Amino acid sequence: MLIDENTTFIVQGITGREAVNLTRECLDYGSKIIGGVTPGRKGREVHGVPVFDSVKQLCEELGQVPDGSVVTVPPAFTKDAVFEAIEAGVKLIVIVTERIPRFDVAQMVELANLRGARIIGPNCLGIIRPGIAKMGGVGGPAKDAEKAYQPGRVGVMSRSGGMTTEISSTLTAAGLGVSTAVSIGGDAIIGSTYAELMPLFEEDEQTEAIVIYTEPGGRMEAELARYVTENQGAKPPVGAEGSAKLPIVAFMAGRFMDEMPGMSFGHAGTIVEGKADTAAEKIKRLADAGITVAEEISEIPDLVKERIGVAA
Amino acid sequence: MRFFEYESRQILEREGIPVAGGGFATNAEGAKQIAADTGGPVVIKSQVLTGGRMKAGGVKFADTPAECEAHAKEILALEINGHVPRGVLVGAKAPIAQEYYAGVIYDGIAKKPTFVFSDMGGIDIEEVAEQHPDHIGRGHFSTILPHMDFIAKDVVASVGITGSDLNRLTPILSKLAELFVKYDMTLAEINPLVKLEDGSFMAVDAHMDMENEARPRQKALLKDLGVADEETREARDPTDFEIKGEQIDSADHRGVAGNVTEFDGNLGLVIGAGGGSLTLFDAVRRYGGKPANYCEIGGNPSVSKAKNLTKLVLEKPGVDKIAVMMSIVSNTRVDIVARGVIKACLELGHDPAEKVAVFRIPGAWEDEGFKILEKYGIEYFDRSVSMHEAAKRAVEKIQG
Repeated sequence: MLIDENTTFIVQGITGREAVNLTRECLDYGSKIIGGVTPGRKGREVHGVPVFDSVKQLCEELGQVPDGSVVTVPPAFTKDAVFEAIEAGVKLIVIVTERIPRFDVAQMVELANLRGARIIGPNCLGIIRPGIAKMGGVGGPAKDAEKAYQPGRVGVMSRSGGMTTEISSTLTAAGLGVSTAVSIGGDAIIGSTYAELMPLFEEDEQTEAIVIYTEPGGRMEAELARYVTENQGAKPPVGAEGSAKLPIVAFMAGRFMDEMPGMSFGHAGTIVEGKADTAAEKIKRLADAGITVAEEISEIPDLVKERIGVAA
Repeated sequence: MRFFEYESRQILEREGIPVAGGGFATNAEGAKQIAADTGGPVVIKSQVLTGGRMKAGGVKFADTPAECEAHAKEILALEINGHVPRGVLVGAKAPIAQEYYAGVIYDGIAKKPTFVFSDMGGIDIEEVAEQHPDHIGRGHFSTILPHMDFIAKDVVASVGITGSDLNRLTPILSKLAELFVKYDMTLAEINPLVKLEDGSFMAVDAHMDMENEARPRQKALLKDLGVADEETREARDPTDFEIKGEQIDSADHRGVAGNVTEFDGNLGLVIGAGGGSLTLFDAVRRYGGKPANYCEIGGNPSVSKAKNLTKLVLEKPGVDKIAVMMSIVSNTRVDIVARGVIKACLELGHDPAEKVAVFRIPGAWEDEGFKILEKYGIEYFDRSVSMHEAAKRAVEKIQG
């Protein structure tokens, strides 16, 4: 499921303040960061991680291509950094940077698709597999991450980095725990949508249910609803007939935005550009596809338990 | 960032797409002059960044320059949805054979830009898409390969157009795609794109949106169009409260106090971050609370930024209490926000225990933060109390 204890990755822009913290957090959590890149900073070290001028140089000197890269460079340089990683053969790229123009994001995603690489983000906190590894700032320092994320049976996908942790913490407190949590990013175009990550969760033996955090703006909830419908529907509540696909519980924030068309709140991707983008329309589509929509975060654990047939 | 119709027309012109005659005027005399220069019937359109112009009386027709002047005077004085017009566009009325729609937008699922084209122009394209899907042509184009005419050609041909119309429409769509990319647009549409009786095509009305994130690299275009840096072009003009919020955010680079938005309730909100604020604002309303404002704090703000934002909210007329709430933080420090909030209360001569209805920010440095809150007698919650429960408690307290 995206990463495991053997996944090697690098940090591009590793000498930046946030990147230094992120490197520390990931190393403490047990992740394998084999190097970092900041042009002109070759020879330095960040928490013992060697720094190189370029991804190509890093690969040559370490004698290996990393499995992944976390990109934390300023928006004007992100496209170059991501192209550099993809062309060096890196297959999993987490883009932390926010405020990247949409055209640049579309270009990065198009190249990734051509080269068989996967992008998570931009404007995201990355991936965490509780107790195994984390790739990105998700959950914060290792001791905080441990508090909110205990290994378990629920997969989490969220357009908000902070809400990834809030929901995971709720699942952990309820004894369900988290299999893998992905902060997918808050922009209008992102590398991996809910529907695109679903097959990975379905193949993952640890995952028994999915919880998603959603917002107004964009069509990716509609895409998920379609995916679920075309794959014989989400698992119905216990006792009902249906297929054995993963049950999904969704939480929709920003419902108030429906009354204020054209105003922007939250993430860049929340801008409502058509009626299919509104919270009300999304809730309807998700519900029609058999996805349970929670009214409050605190209801989520019981709804999940109901869907997977565990006593609340 | 939305462009006015007259600006969108200028963008089309500079990229070589023919535009119907006429011009932009900021006063009635100017409008009259344009009508005289055009010679013949004209349409006068209010230049506002809001929909529903026609219904509101912001679009009128005139046969003579004098009539144009009279209409322009009325339209210039007419507020539409709270927007004062920037001016009027006076357009020549040409003999039209047919109306088309041509647009470029992003498809967030395919993650590529796409053409949307229809031979039923002049009306709402979403309506056409629902009722006459066979009259809509679409086609994605690459963001990496150079632009090719064949994609535009296939899109036009897909609604059954051939002959010289096809060959005349193709370059117009291609140019629209190129300017969409060149100027970081999220929407570029010509509606209607008209075919005149002589068989030529031209744009009559155009609508464009540029991505805010791209403004720094589109300075040249914005300068040419006379768009000032401080023009936010949001759905409504910012209020004084919102401008002050913006100033607090930009005065200190540490952390974020973003999207400060005014509402008219009595519960002040110091909330964060992106997703947390959306969730909490909904939660307050779900329990019958009336928020005085919206905001998003995050990114580890300094004590002074947290303090100044809190002061702004506390000083807003009608605010009785504030609720300080966030989803679990990993970067922002609980103790720093707590100190900022308490300082704001004290500096304004308030008892923090009385003014702060609830404080619910769990996460980084929470033990240090909770200690400070305890000292001042503020009701605080850790992560075992959900965001919704905290919001509910705040609403209960303000309702007494």
